[in-house]
Amino acid sequence: MSQSAGPAGLPRLLVGLDPSGAPMTLAEHQAIHGPLPRVGASELIEAVEQSGLRGRGGADFPTAVKLRAIRSRLGRRSALVVNGSETEPASAKDLLLLSRLPHLVLDGARLAAEAIGASEVFVKVSDTAVTALRSLESAVAVRADDPVPVSLVSGPPGYVTGEESAVVHYLNDGVAKPTFVPPRPYERGYRGRPTLLQNPETLAQIALVARYGAHWYRELGTDADPGSALVTISGAVAAPGVYELAFGTPLTDLLSAAGGPIEPLRALLVGGYFGTWVESGSALRLRLAREDLRSVGCSLGSGVLIALGESACGLHESARVIEYLAHESAGQCGPCVYGLRAIAQSFAALADGVAQPREQERLLRWAAEIRGRGACHHPDGAARFVESALDVFAGELAEHRGGRCMAAPAGFPVPGLAPRSAARRRARAVR
Amino acid sequence: MSPRIRVNPIMCEAHGLCAELLPELIRLDDWGYPIIDGPDVPHELLALARRAADACPTLALLLDEDD
Repeated sequence: MSQSAGPAGLPRLLVGLDPSGAPMTLAEHQAIHGPLPRVGASELIEAVEQSGLRGRGGADFPTAVKLRAIRSRLGRRSALVVNGSETEPASAKDLLLLSRLPHLVLDGARLAAEAIGASEVFVKVSDTAVTALRSLESAVAVRADDPVPVSLVSGPPGYVTGEESAVVHYLNDGVAKPTFVPPRPYERGYRGRPTLLQNPETLAQIALVARYGAHWYRELGTDADPGSALVTISGAVAAPGVYELAFGTPLTDLLSAAGGPIEPLRALLVGGYFGTWVESGSALRLRLAREDLRSVGCSLGSGVLIALGESACGLHESARVIEYLAHESAGQCGPCVYGLRAIAQSFAALADGVAQPREQERLLRWAAEIRGRGACHHPDGAARFVESALDVFAGELAEHRGGRCMAAPAGFPVPGLAPRSAARRRARAVR
Repeated sequence: MSPRIRVNPIMCEAHGLCAELLPELIRLDDWGYPIIDGPDVPHELLALARRAADACPTLALLLDEDD
């Protein structure tokens, strides 16, 4: 593989990003990164393996292993799906890439498609991603040399519609709901073919690894977590947005990248709505690294970090998120439909200070019981979120039991849900 | 590998026959949906597990016996 020298330091993915928001043209893209090199399939997979790249859609799985699993089924026609559904409301990185750096993602898609012998590539986004669709349409139109045809597909929005079996179900039957697995998409996916689903950021990283090599890729980050990552930082920071940072960066520096906290922080939500609350004192000591995050029971998920200021109430914010997650169940599996509804009501009662005795005990039992009992991981993510909220905001729980909560809503994005009204927040208390 | 039971949660409609036929391995949650605490089926329960899988009205209880 003939390699050119890659950009030193950061940004890598976001280099040359037009601040006006305009999509990068193919000429601009090639002026920055050069033309896409010719790379053989095994050579590419080898380089991806040495780079240590892991999937950026939330599952955090080694990308080379995924590529190899499909390649081992060569002989059957396979398909590649660029999963740009980005249904996590607090994440914005995938749409940023697809809208403004479409050629970087399409380069990665082309390389991955060739590596697995795919005969078709789909780029799947949500119906609401109008800018990304427009930008992708123009980008695909000027890439006449791409050997594998690329189709753009938009589907209904909704938290679980981006889950990989739901994406395949939508491509096959127009139903954007998860299916019972196995078979998983890599075994039987689009039209029964082995199908690889990749997050846009993962593919963009592949496009860089193919050009600049695994050694360059590892110049940033740590041994266990090499390279850079896109993180969507929001909440009580001065400049919320998507930032590219090296793995190993302390979380406190991540917040500084986003303009720094606008008030003292109470907690961080790491990993989005499937993620975990961490009390701010311990959170700020962590680095952006799997090992550090695991030590407090978190993972980076799809790269989401939300800062909760001390003026907000973690219980009320969590109650809204849980209500949202319950509402977003695909409605297929009993434990998810009934369990999440009950959990959301129970959590709201605790947050409002109107819970029955032993409510919390029952809530924790339900959270434990729904784990692993849906066709997809929706109930598992919701259970983890609830457990961490009860743990981190234990002090607030005790206060809400007796009094009034004056905290103002922090405005977490929960599409389709009305704000919790002051009238419902009957708790009388202290904060 | 010993035989294992699992539930297809999309098919399951909470009829609850499985928990009646195989209470050793299956209990019901507060809404009547089955909870399986450990999927391995011991040899002495295999016949009962087969009966429970056959009895499920929506064929949602799956018994994997191969290999």
